[in-house]
Amino acid sequence: MNNIWTIAKREYDNYFNSPLAYVVMLAILLPLGIYFTLILLFSSQNAFMGGGAAPDTLQINWLFVFLMVFLAPAITMRLISDEARMGTLELMLTAPVKDFEFVAGKWLGALMFVLSTALVTLVFPLVLNNFVSPGIDWMMVLSSYIGLILVSSAMLALGVGISAIFNNQFAAFFVTLGLFFFLWFFINMPVNLLPTGGEILNYLSLSYHFQQNINQGNMTLAGIVYYLSLTALGLFIGTTAIEIRRWR
Amino acid sequence: MIKVSGLTKDYGARRAIHNLSFDAKQGEIVGFLGPNGAGKTTTMRILTGYMPPSDGEAMVAGYDVVEESLEVRKRVGYLPETVPLYTDMVVFDYLKYMGDLRRLPDVEDRVDEVLDRVGLLDRAQGFIGNLSKGMRQRVGLAQALLHQPEVLILDEPTIGLDPGQVVEIRELIREIGKEKTVLLSTHLLNEAQNLCDRVLIINKGKIVAEDTTENLQARLLGAERVVVKVRGDGDQLAETIKEVKGVRKIETLEDGAVEFEFASGKDLRPEVAKQVIKSGYDLLELRPLGMSLEEIFLELTSSDKKK
Repeated sequence: MNNIWTIAKREYDNYFNSPLAYVVMLAILLPLGIYFTLILLFSSQNAFMGGGAAPDTLQINWLFVFLMVFLAPAITMRLISDEARMGTLELMLTAPVKDFEFVAGKWLGALMFVLSTALVTLVFPLVLNNFVSPGIDWMMVLSSYIGLILVSSAMLALGVGISAIFNNQFAAFFVTLGLFFFLWFFINMPVNLLPTGGEILNYLSLSYHFQQNINQGNMTLAGIVYYLSLTALGLFIGTTAIEIRRWR
Repeated sequence: MIKVSGLTKDYGARRAIHNLSFDAKQGEIVGFLGPNGAGKTTTMRILTGYMPPSDGEAMVAGYDVVEESLEVRKRVGYLPETVPLYTDMVVFDYLKYMGDLRRLPDVEDRVDEVLDRVGLLDRAQGFIGNLSKGMRQRVGLAQALLHQPEVLILDEPTIGLDPGQVVEIRELIREIGKEKTVLLSTHLLNEAQNLCDRVLIINKGKIVAEDTTENLQARLLGAERVVVKVRGDGDQLAETIKEVKGVRKIETLEDGAVEFEFASGKDLRPEVAKQVIKSGYDLLELRPLGMSLEEIFLELTSSDKKK
């Protein structure tokens, strides 16, 4: 466990040495800020006209997760592939570190980076709380953030796993992006076309549990299990890919 | 400390090393000598727990490299051939990171200590990416020494260094080799000759010779060759030397010196000296000609017939 933390900490610090991290943060926070401003604007207009529901920040967290479909691959692409390219993987694999610890450390470092970005977005509910009476539903906000962490965790684990397969970070990027596109947009498309059994496709969709349940304050066990399973799957893929590298 | 028996590694259809067996004791510097692609790096990677062998077994510091890989890795310091480093890290932070992964107590003091030892203390706060090749090599060596390993495995440790640094690093290795086990690979024969207690010559994945450098020379030659020089032209010198019993293969060189050889074991130099002086020559030089490791190496690796 100590090793996971050591690796995660270095990886986290390392993000802020590269311009990529700032680009990713900007690419998340800027659209979110604009979206929040628009929400405030429209709801104040509606309130002035004497109608409309009280605004909430759930849509902002949805946008965060949606942007992660494109940005998570960029966050994870070089984590292991670049070590393989530079040869530093040989150092890690001859240090007294288990393969799983190495992969999990990389994943945790990436997750910590995303959580730091998410921490900044807490400013939106805090601000909104001042505008709405009698205040916003903090349990909804909590549920939404738990969902955000779960989805990010799953995406980053899959990204790290795919990064362990490739020596080229761009190959890792595009494969990860392709997988997320499939899991987010396409996997449950045929739900309405199928006469029966379409539900299972919803269950497998990356967006469904967050969008339909967790982000609505509805912490379903199915959703939690789904995202945690994907996280475990990603870390398993990564560990196996490292083991295969050893045998080659 | 290192015990290897029947080690074999296949990369697909290609057999990189074949049935390798050797050992190395504590306080011994063993040189691994061979042409490129002979299997030196492969063997080292197996010994450091980077990859498992296809067959055979290897024990390092009393642990099996496959079954107890983590225990082996704790006790081995390894400098890979390409000296991989995190170029975007500061030297000190990098070594501290590697020390943290090994859970060293008082890691910062230890990093300072090891930086001092490799002579990089003044570059501790510099980025690794800005260092010269020789300095990176020393950072790599510092990383290998960090945890005071029982076994040090160095893949081409002096490659890319300038002559002054080569001397320093060799001195350092020699010092470490007094207490620890060092296995180093090199294709520089003089390095093996002046650094190693014992040399393993490996070619096409097989060990073709294993001995001390002195013994290797003697064994391969089977005879000792000596050159004699006298003042003047020494035109009758060859005839004079021929009179000594046991001398053979006499050759007169261009500058008038004479080379001859005798079966190793009984030294004929005193007899030859007496004979030369008795005949009225002023003896200037009587020098044994060792076969250089270069010649041994070529002999062993160029011909397929085994000694």
